[in-house]
Amino acid sequence: MAQIVVKNVKKMFGDFTAVRESSFTIEDGEFFMLLGPSGCGKTTTLRMIAGLELPTSGEIYLDGEEISQRPPSERDIAFVFQMFALYPHMNVRKNISYPLISQGMPRAAVKAKVEEVAGILGITDILDSPVGGLSGGDRQRVALGRAIVREPKAFMMDEPLGALDAEFREHMAEELRALHDRMGATTVYVTHDQLEAMQMGDKIVVMNNAVIEQFGTPQEIYDKPATMFVADFIGSPSMNFLPFKGKVQPGSEAVRLNGHDEAVPRLMEGAEGDLVFGVRPEHVFLSDASGYRAKVLAAEYLGTTQIVTLQSPNGELKARVDARQMVSPGETVGLEFRSPTVTLFDQSTGRALRSTLNDEVLNDG
Amino acid sequence: MSSFSVTEPTQRSKWIAGALVISYALITMIPLVWILLTGFKSPADAISYPPKVVFDPTLEGYVNLFTTRTRQTQEFLEANPPQNWADEIVRQYDMVIVGPSKFGERFMNSVIIGFGSTFLSIFLGTLAAYAFSRFKVPLKDDLLFFILSTRMMPPVAVAIPIFLMFRNLGLSDTHLGMILLYTGVNISLAVWLLKGFIDEIPREYEEAALIDGYTRFQAFYKVVLPQAATGIASTAIFCLIFAWNEYAFAVLLTSANAQTAPPFIPTIIGIGGLDWPAVAAGATIFLIPVMIFTILMRKHLLRGITFGAVRK
Repeated sequence: MAQIVVKNVKKMFGDFTAVRESSFTIEDGEFFMLLGPSGCGKTTTLRMIAGLELPTSGEIYLDGEEISQRPPSERDIAFVFQMFALYPHMNVRKNISYPLISQGMPRAAVKAKVEEVAGILGITDILDSPVGGLSGGDRQRVALGRAIVREPKAFMMDEPLGALDAEFREHMAEELRALHDRMGATTVYVTHDQLEAMQMGDKIVVMNNAVIEQFGTPQEIYDKPATMFVADFIGSPSMNFLPFKGKVQPGSEAVRLNGHDEAVPRLMEGAEGDLVFGVRPEHVFLSDASGYRAKVLAAEYLGTTQIVTLQSPNGELKARVDARQMVSPGETVGLEFRSPTVTLFDQSTGRALRSTLNDEVLNDG
Repeated sequence: MSSFSVTEPTQRSKWIAGALVISYALITMIPLVWILLTGFKSPADAISYPPKVVFDPTLEGYVNLFTTRTRQTQEFLEANPPQNWADEIVRQYDMVIVGPSKFGERFMNSVIIGFGSTFLSIFLGTLAAYAFSRFKVPLKDDLLFFILSTRMMPPVAVAIPIFLMFRNLGLSDTHLGMILLYTGVNISLAVWLLKGFIDEIPREYEEAALIDGYTRFQAFYKVVLPQAATGIASTAIFCLIFAWNEYAFAVLLTSANAQTAPPFIPTIIGIGGLDWPAVAAGATIFLIPVMIFTILMRKHLLRGITFGAVRK
């Protein structure tokens, strides 16, 4: 098991930049998520760690050893593919034992090891079946078996749940996380599904357009987004952005939103011009006492909560409120925001303004 | 259950389809059956008109195919009684067997050249197709077009330059020369067909093998090759059939040493003209290797032809 350090890694395909200089550290035993929309460079980053692509520049350290230019066979990293990539001409047992055979492990030891792994994954009964007829979940387990059987230093997983149907995904996600907790193996997991990332990850890297937008724990990324992209990408529904023109000074604790003073965490930098007031739907409250008025456009009932879509003077926004609260489309309501959670963004750069809320997180990244 | 189904053919259409398939099979099989039967006819039965369907089978054609014979005087024949059944057959024409014919040798030439060139085409074709499929090859599309362009005219169109080249290189009438020639003709077909098959194999299989600790070449022959077996088998059949049946170059470039069976069979001369039963016997034997090879590969061939049509 190992720590992985990615340092200024960059990947070009011809003139196309797949990954711009990126750096992050994956601690020993962490379940690490690479999250981003498709084409953002997350899979390329994963493949560079595994050795399936060589970085154009930069270094990758596995347990302190520089491995960025080594072939995958010399890295001791396992990889679980999205389509599983089980060898179709071999049965389950041969698939799982294949990595051991390459190491020249004696036959009896291979057999014992495969049985042990099959026991962990609960696939002992299908060991001798061909992989062709297996269900998606069993294929997934075989792919995992092939990865864990040789006890590699780290696991790479490229959207391993992407090929499963929704119902089974959740179950498999739990199984994966449980397996990780049991083995304590460093795992790097690529996904475009923010819920999956939040649910399973110890740490998340959010990538967009070949750039790392933010790197932190799920809570940090959700509560203290570093950019508008992260704020928008994480959370469903995503963060509300209320654009306004204004000027803020370091130390100010409120902004003027359409003639109303709204409290914000104390700012540590100033900005002027097109700014954005960012607040999560669950931190928006309907309150008749507030002078900031908005018109209800729609309400979606979700059981315990409801999502209310509102038209405010600063644009559309959504509020997640108690389902029992009576809201009818067309009525005008007052809005309050939970001020300690508000993030201000600079519209032109998309960056969050430094405040007492996110100072620590932004210093890290 | 409804009596009418869109997907399930009706009983009547099944009958019609069956009848069509059977009649087509019969039509295509008539020449083959004709050759097979003629091989067991006597020379007189073979050319009788109207053609005989019922006749006394004899192995004369096969004996004539494999032997050379000479006419002998009555005294000699009486002094030397027939040694075996083959001898007895030729005695009815006052002849004795003096030795084996060239047919066995020509047949072996066909086997060596046919299978040799097929092996070489597949070997080189698979490697080239893999490279074209997986690697960034400079001018890839142009190279592929260039390879295909060798098929854009009949190979015989360049027979004369090839004849001259072979003469200067000392390849005329050699096994190596014919193997190289047939490989040259077949390789474009092999590269194109195999590239299609290899393109269909997901790269993840090789990547999984690389991760599992194998080298690129090990990944190629342990993971890609078994997956490409279907394509290799069907390509091999096409290559073998071409090389096996090729006539024009064989006539032009081979004679005493490396002559294959196709140009040899028509030269079998009997008493008073072509010995049709011997020719038919030669053709029958000549068909066997390709037939066996195709039957062995049949399962792959059927899958190969429909490969890629349906997503697995």
